[in-house]
Parts: sequence; structure tokens; C-alpha cells
Amino acid sequence: MSYYFAIIGTSDNPIFEYEFGTAKAGGDGVPRFPEQARHMNQFIVNASLDNVEDVQWGGGQMYLKKIDRYYNNYISAFITGSNTKFLLLHHPTTPSTTSTRASTSIPANPTSPQTEEAIKQFFVEVYENWLKTVMNPFYTQGMRIDSPVFRGRVAAAGRKYL
Amino acid sequence: MASSQPIKSPMGSQSQNQRSSQQGLKYPSNGKTIYHRPLNRSRTQELSQASFAYLFGEMVSYAQKRVTGIQDLEKRLNNQGHPIGLKLLDLLLYREPARSQTRPLHIIALLQFITTTLWRHLFSRPADALEKSSNPDTPEEYMISDNEPLVNQYISVPKEMNQLNCAAYVAGIVEGCCDGAGFPAKVTAHSVGKGEEGELWPGKTVFLVKFQDEVVEREAFLGR
Repeated sequence: MSYYFAIIGTSDNPIFEYEFGTAKAGGDGVPRFPEQARHMNQFIVNASLDNVEDVQWGGGQMYLKKIDRYYNNYISAFITGSNTKFLLLHHPTTPSTTSTRASTSIPANPTSPQTEEAIKQFFVEVYENWLKTVMNPFYTQGMRIDSPVFRGRVAAAGRKYL
Repeated sequence: MASSQPIKSPMGSQSQNQRSSQQGLKYPSNGKTIYHRPLNRSRTQELSQASFAYLFGEMVSYAQKRVTGIQDLEKRLNNQGHPIGLKLLDLLLYREPARSQTRPLHIIALLQFITTTLWRHLFSRPADALEKSSNPDTPEEYMISDNEPLVNQYISVPKEMNQLNCAAYVAGIVEGCCDGAGFPAKVTAHSVGKGEEGELWPGKTVFLVKFQDEVVEREAFLGR
């Protein structure tokens, strides 16, 4: 039930990253990556950039859905008109606890259509806020986003949908 | 101007009292950041052309101060427009209706986006023509023509600089848009009016869009 979200610029440089846990089904919004795997998130997400480049010319949609999987990590992508990539790593908790409620909930079920839709809504909301950052005349392409307001907005979108 | 209301400057008086509470970040006095403002703009909101012409004239003379030649000046104007193209690409795609909110995948789709959506946003009318180079040796060249570029309306170019076309600024915007969408290109502005008496469009400008070879290569690959 943990998520790692990253925005990757046009020269494959990270612009923004944020880690959070689910707030659905009684989650407390705290990411619970296994300590020995947590540092791998950045690698996994960056490795999936190749897959983004494979599919980005196949269709004009911005939301590319699930594009990669690495063991129990699922990566969804969103690409903007100016080739900035939003990547979300979705790490469900161990699937052994399969109560009926958990099996349909978004955090526990990374491949269901509901999850796909929820991630899309999350991306669309982040996209809007990202665009507002970009429209700032003092922002040039590829700059890191440091704004705490933006971080707060991403966190709010994560709580709302995931 | 002196009699008008004090302008809300981002570094104004509120910065002192804010600095103590929030380190490094200054909020505007009304607490609204750019994230609180909507991205959609009503259609009727337009800027005064006089103020734009004034500002643009200043931009040209600013660029002119530090250049060695006309090409250099055009390059500077181009560079001023480039980031605008990058930003407008994303903004205008966002404002498209949800169904047609797609990234341009082909040269034609991109150029149509530029000549209609982008042109309409900037000049409230579409560009006058979009043509492909008829020369078989240069399949990567496209031409966008504008009979009367808005930016040139109040610019009079001296005789000794007749090579100059200040629409290089618009060329920069187009170039930014192409680069951003993943179609790296060089865009240049050329005056095609012959300066004859009684000409219909003496200020007609052609924007020559020259895509890089890899774009044409990808286009051929995707077309299959």
C-alpha cells in the first residue's frame, strides 16, 4: 500500500519526487516500503522510462496506464505534451491477507480497472498543478519543483484518489 | 503611473513580516499562490495591442544592444520566444476539449495545432497558409505563412537592415512548440514581400520550419 511518485524531465532528470501511503481502507498515508527495497524505487522508476519511450509514439493519449512491472512493483505513467513524464510506482502489501474487502480496494489491487481509473484521476490532478508551475514565468523547463504548495497539492491528490 | 495604486510587488513590504514565519518562502498577502488560480481563461480576455507593441519594441531594442549582426539579433529574438512555445504547448493542450486532448504524434498534426490553436491563441486568427516544401531534396521543410504578422505591425525596419524580420520572435515560439513536442526543428522567419508599390501583403512573412532528420525518419517509421 505504498506509492512512490516521480516527475521526470525531458532529459531524464528528476524534477520532483514524493513517497506516500494509501489513505483508503483505513490507511494512514504513511509509505511502508521494505527498508531493504526502498532505495530501489528510483532505479525501478527510471528503468521504466524505456518502456515509456516505447509506447509514447503508439498513441496520443497522455495517460499510458501500467507500463512496467518489477516483482511486486507496478509502474503507471503519464506523459505531457512537452514530454515530461509522471511515473507512479505502486507497491501493494503482501497479497497473503486477502479479505474480500481488500481484494477490490485500490491499494491492494494494482491491476484492476478501478485502480487504473483512480491513478488516472490522480495524474490528471497533478498535471493541472504541474502546469500551473510551468506557467510561472520564472520557471524554465527541467527545473526542480521545490514549492511546498505543489507538494501539498500532490499529497492531497494522493489522499483523495489512492 | 505614479498616481495609481501601489503595485503588488512580490518582493514588497509583506516579505519582511513573512520571512520570520516561513523560511525561504514568501506568500502573497492574500494567501493565494499560482496554484489557486484557474488555468482556463475566458475567450474575451485580450491584451491591448498598443501595450504589446510598446513592450515588443523594447524587447527588440534590448536584443539589439548586444549583437554583432542581424543573424545574431534574430537568434536572440528566437531565444526569447522559445520558452513561450514550450509553455504554450502544454497550456493549449490542457485547454483542448477532453476528447481531443492528445499529444501530436505526426508532423502534420503538430503543424495544424500550431497554425490553428496556437495562432488563434496568440493572434486570434489562424495562420494564412501551411505548405510543404515542393522540393524533393528537402522533405523536412514546411512553411507557415502569415500575411500580416501582428508583431511586425509597428516595426519599421531601416533600409540597411532589410534582412531583418522581427517575427523571428514568433519563429522562436513555433520552434519551442516543436522542440517540446519531440519534433526538434529550426524555425526561421523570412519576409517575402517585394517592397513594390501596390502590393497586397507587403509584410507577408514565411516561417520556414526545418525538422531534423530523425523526425522525418521516425515519421516514415510511424507511417507504416
